[in-house]
Amino acid sequence: MSDFLNTLLFGIYPYIALAVLILGTIVRYDREPYSWRSGSSQLLRRKQLVWGSVLFHVGVLIIFFGHLIGLLTPIAIFDAIGISHGAKQLLAIVAGGIAGIMAIVGATMLIHRRLFDARVRAASSNADTMIIILLWVQIALGLMTIPISLQHLDGHEMVRFMTWAQGIFVFNGDAASYVAGASIIFKLHIFLGLTILLVFPFTRLVHMLSVPVRYLWRPGYQVVRERNRRTAPLRTPAE
Amino acid sequence: MKIRAQIGMVLNLDKCIGCHTCSVTCKNVWTNREGVEYAWFNNVETKPGVGYPKEWENQKKWNGGWTRKANGKIEPKMGSKWRILAKIFANPDLPEIDDYYEPFDFDYGHLQTAGESQASPTARPRSLISGERMEKIEWGPNWEEILGGEFSKRSKDYNFEGVEKEIYGEFENTFMMYLPRLCEHCLNPTCVAACPSGAIYKREDDGIVLIDQEKCRGWRMCVSGCPYKKIYYNWSSGKSEKCVFCYPRIEAGQPTVCSETCVGRIRYLGVVLYDADRIHEAASTADERDLYEEQLKIFLDPSDPKVIEQARKDGVPDAWLEAAKKSPVYKMAMEWKVAFPLHPEYRTLPMVWYIPPLSPLQSAAEAGKLGMDGAMPDVRSLRIPVRYLANLLTAGKEAPVVSALERMLAMRAYMRAKTIDGVIDEVTAEKVGMTGQMIEEMYHVMAIANYEDRFVIPTSHREISEDAYDVRGSCGFSFGNGCSGGSSTTDLFGAKRPRTVQTPTDIFKEQV
Repeated sequence: MSDFLNTLLFGIYPYIALAVLILGTIVRYDREPYSWRSGSSQLLRRKQLVWGSVLFHVGVLIIFFGHLIGLLTPIAIFDAIGISHGAKQLLAIVAGGIAGIMAIVGATMLIHRRLFDARVRAASSNADTMIIILLWVQIALGLMTIPISLQHLDGHEMVRFMTWAQGIFVFNGDAASYVAGASIIFKLHIFLGLTILLVFPFTRLVHMLSVPVRYLWRPGYQVVRERNRRTAPLRTPAE
Repeated sequence: MKIRAQIGMVLNLDKCIGCHTCSVTCKNVWTNREGVEYAWFNNVETKPGVGYPKEWENQKKWNGGWTRKANGKIEPKMGSKWRILAKIFANPDLPEIDDYYEPFDFDYGHLQTAGESQASPTARPRSLISGERMEKIEWGPNWEEILGGEFSKRSKDYNFEGVEKEIYGEFENTFMMYLPRLCEHCLNPTCVAACPSGAIYKREDDGIVLIDQEKCRGWRMCVSGCPYKKIYYNWSSGKSEKCVFCYPRIEAGQPTVCSETCVGRIRYLGVVLYDADRIHEAASTADERDLYEEQLKIFLDPSDPKVIEQARKDGVPDAWLEAAKKSPVYKMAMEWKVAFPLHPEYRTLPMVWYIPPLSPLQSAAEAGKLGMDGAMPDVRSLRIPVRYLANLLTAGKEAPVVSALERMLAMRAYMRAKTIDGVIDEVTAEKVGMTGQMIEEMYHVMAIANYEDRFVIPTSHREISEDAYDVRGSCGFSFGNGCSGGSSTTDLFGAKRPRTVQTPTDIFKEQV
């Protein structure tokens, strides 16, 4: 791959994707709150959803946090607590592999349901169908990287990816060079991952930002909206 | 003591004729949109029957309402907060649309466009969700209308608990009644408790329970939490929706659409004052059969000067205190005790109350004479078993229902004596613990039921709820974002999107 293309895809594209992700999400949250929802279709068809959705979500959450922590934690921290690069890579392969299989089985069921169930298909937007297929391909690519990783278990390649990811966040202009020599599967996986970040604000994926963990410590059970006791003085049209 | 006011409703089932006008007018106003075709904020069921959605009263199946734990605390029957969150990916307690019914329309256009043929053309049903042909309609929102369907299926009705139901399957012994249902606007709503987003709330000023459409994320726990199954998931918008008690009308002092259009004049609306600090205590009552009486205790006498003083301190406007004194709901539910909450055993402290229906005397048909208890017929010989009504309205406790039915019969006897024989029959009134004057007032409110006696609704004081200057020129009630419907009529480049005509109103607009 030419240097230019490599820099474009892995040095510049990440910033475009992240900028759209952040701005798009803020604008949608502010301007289109009515469209911000999980988009569940369980009401229309329960079949395949219970297993599909649980497997998919649990798998994807493990993978998501694995990537977040695995890629963005400085390698020095792992060195300090005594986890060798090889051991970290093995952990990523085993945990990621199991979670990946869960997620892809779940995603397959969800895609089948979305495409072949008349009710669910009719209630799907193009974005709904597109994003689940995109995620399926991404998980498949992720699983395909496992045989490649097994060929070099010393963790060297993994550290290069970590350096790239952290380089992006510290505005290292040279970050793209760390992935230049990686396998095409890895490159496709990274490119598609960035693309998912790019389309994130335009899909139902935004619901992950509204995970209602606050519910656990919301005081009591009831929510009562009080009359607004006016604090500011009355404004008059003359002002 | 923390006094709040709520607009409550009473439905006099004795006068309901099952015409469904309430349901139809409600639907035309609130749920004639894509995604909620299957939803009826107000529906009328024929009882006995499993209802809509199927078996909604069976909480072993749906896990709605509250449960009292061994330590005396209550929590949603679905489980504690972390257990509710654990159901977020797939909710095992959520009904499927077939439990309501698959909404459909008919190919009416075919009747006009069909070519010449020997047999006359028909309008066949089509699903409103998938758009596909439906060969057979399996269920509807009122499938059991006037005892439709086999008794073996209808008798799954939860209210047969403790009743020898087999004999009611026989034609000679059968009975039926109508049950119009809407959101109960509970004092202790489980939907609010189960909403992980905190999007559902109860309004302090009038007690109406609403879903903030901008905060709702469609986690759909409220649908399971509500034991009355009166929250509906809009499959198109991905948000939950519910009866809004026609709050734009209530705020303006007008009755809800279902009440306004009720041809039997069975619905009443009025202010009730209650002590908000005692909600939890009442809802946690140990014996569920005491829940009806415990709920009564948290309501306050609107003519008590101490209550009035405290209510003023707690911000209840004077107009509301005046309305509370004339409230038909207070009179029927708290003074005369002829109206009851629907399924108090759910511990939600519902605020839509029901007057049980009288029914023909069973023994009259059997023995050719009335089962008389002195001058008055014995209510236990009425065709509808008292136990059935008690299961519906007082968690199985029969005495309050018996007393209410006796008072209603006494009202008839008293008024018959007065108008036909010209006698004031204080004895009959005394027998049911009332006075002639009370019975005459009861007659005025329940039988004559003038408009101004049925609906005593003070206008809400928006000026203390919000700054009117901010809302000038705004568009009032709308879906979507502010004044837009949530979808734009132009495409990305400003061109007009082609749109399809959907409702009669749309067609009318296009013609003008």
